[in-house]
Amino acid sequence: MYPEDLKYTKSHEWAKIEGNKAKIGITYYAQEQLNDIVYVELPEVGTTINKGEPFGVVESVKSSSDVYMPLSGKVVAVNDMVVDQPELLNEDPYQNWLIEIELENPDEANELMDAEEYTKFVEEEEKNH
Amino acid sequence: MYQQAKYNEPLLNEIKGEEEKEISVDVPDKLKRKSLNIPNLEEWQVVRHYTRLSQMNYGVDINTYPLGSCTMKYNPKLNEEIAKWFSYLHPYQEESTVQGALQIMYELQEMLKKITDMDGFTLQPAAGAHGEFTGMLLVRAYHEYKGELEKRRNVLLPDSAHGTNPASAAMAGFNVIEIPSNEKGMVDLEALEAATDDTTAAFMITNPNTLGIFEEEILEIAKIMHKNGALLYYDGANLNAIMGITSPGIMGFDIVHLNLHKTFSTPHGGGGPGSGPVGVRGELVDFLPVPIVRHDGEKYYLDYNVKHTIGKVRSFYGNFGVMVKAWAYIKRLGGEGLKNATIRAVLNSNYLKERIKGYYELPHKDLRKHEFVVKPKNARALDVAKRLLDFGVHAPTIYFPLIVHEALMIEPTESENKETLDKFAEIMLQIAKEAEENPEILKEAPHNTAFKRVDEVLAARKPVLTWKDKR
Repeated sequence: MYPEDLKYTKSHEWAKIEGNKAKIGITYYAQEQLNDIVYVELPEVGTTINKGEPFGVVESVKSSSDVYMPLSGKVVAVNDMVVDQPELLNEDPYQNWLIEIELENPDEANELMDAEEYTKFVEEEEKNH
Repeated sequence: MYQQAKYNEPLLNEIKGEEEKEISVDVPDKLKRKSLNIPNLEEWQVVRHYTRLSQMNYGVDINTYPLGSCTMKYNPKLNEEIAKWFSYLHPYQEESTVQGALQIMYELQEMLKKITDMDGFTLQPAAGAHGEFTGMLLVRAYHEYKGELEKRRNVLLPDSAHGTNPASAAMAGFNVIEIPSNEKGMVDLEALEAATDDTTAAFMITNPNTLGIFEEEILEIAKIMHKNGALLYYDGANLNAIMGITSPGIMGFDIVHLNLHKTFSTPHGGGGPGSGPVGVRGELVDFLPVPIVRHDGEKYYLDYNVKHTIGKVRSFYGNFGVMVKAWAYIKRLGGEGLKNATIRAVLNSNYLKERIKGYYELPHKDLRKHEFVVKPKNARALDVAKRLLDFGVHAPTIYFPLIVHEALMIEPTESENKETLDKFAEIMLQIAKEAEENPEILKEAPHNTAFKRVDEVLAARKPVLTWKDKR
């Protein structure tokens, strides 16, 4: 459920770091909690956004949630497919990334969780509900 | 068992009407319109069409409507009659010819001041969220006047807040910071104190909060805000729990919005019209929108002369018809009556909570105000809500507040008597039993309504917004 090659945030985003770029998406847990996703809003290419700041919105029938930058960077690509077909995020949240960024400060990656840490974090969250 | 009417009712323009006739009027041929794209129907066809639609609809005139945070109380028909008296007025009429209308507005301002303990009111905002936005513009103007707007960029709000609160603050250009709730379901005071400093513009809160819990530390909260030069904003959605008992002014609030269409019994739902007056106290009165209705001892007039006014926030003077209905409601009940409405709303809510709490989980503390939030034990909130429709009652608010998962937010209001509350409780208990013994009946509900379960996901992904798209 949580691939080994990704880094994770407490707000349930993942980042796949490749050189000085990273693809960003939402985790299996995030899409499961949201239920049927009906709308996705993403930033424009060229926008620079800091780590921890919201970069878009993911909406389900139940609620609307901001999605936050796992790492600081400039948006170099957005995945228009998920904007047209938001259900793709429910079908495969890892294949269907949201944005790609150029990293501003690659060291920030050290502050993110790995798959094992994130799995434990999600278990804790589930217990609290 | 309840069974809603069901007609296979066509759209108005699908009903076969009379052939278009040439209307004989003395107008040159070239000026005559050849066809008119509206249905050419007789009166009885139109009346039957809308009567059938109304039978497939649901409203507070049919049965219980416990929609939490919306205060769907019964709307007395007398209010409608009185509002009709004013229906031929025009907003451009001379002041001297509309003294009665201005008097209604003036008296409403004064009565709302007394109910909330505020010093001034604007009646312009068209609904609650518009009132909030107006309130945030007042916060902005106030800090700007004090020369502090540049550093006061943050509006704080609890994680149980109505969704419109962060939206209003953001639209007014503020950053939004969420303050967590503690295990009692109230604002975490330590977290609030830590987040408040000279960058704080305001704290927006409703009291009682969306869990129906009274924020007992409200005076302390006010102290924290004022010590830091920030303003305290009251979201009036839940005023029905405190009206006549305490007031936003007593609790230390600086700005208040009210929902006349909730607390003061004017019809709402389906998009309005609402009315969201905003009250302020102290020097904030100098920032209110113009015009304000005043009385010079002889006549009523519209005053455009407010020192630091933020300007107009609505065309003309707001939703006047709604004001008349609220005025009539307040006049008819009087101070004692309003207080009794509050007491009964809180009693009804707690009675209903006690009747069902063995069968539904009640998070946080026990005593509630005019509404309460429960979770089903063996079902999803959505399925319980859909099943309720089968019994001919409206579903409560679901999936809100966000801090309770699978929330059912129930607000019976003071309109209901013990019989209807007992009936509702028995239905809730039966549904809890069904969830255990026959969960399929919930998942496939509703069974007895004109329309069965609608596909909300498809509706959100591929919305059909006009009748032309229906094809």
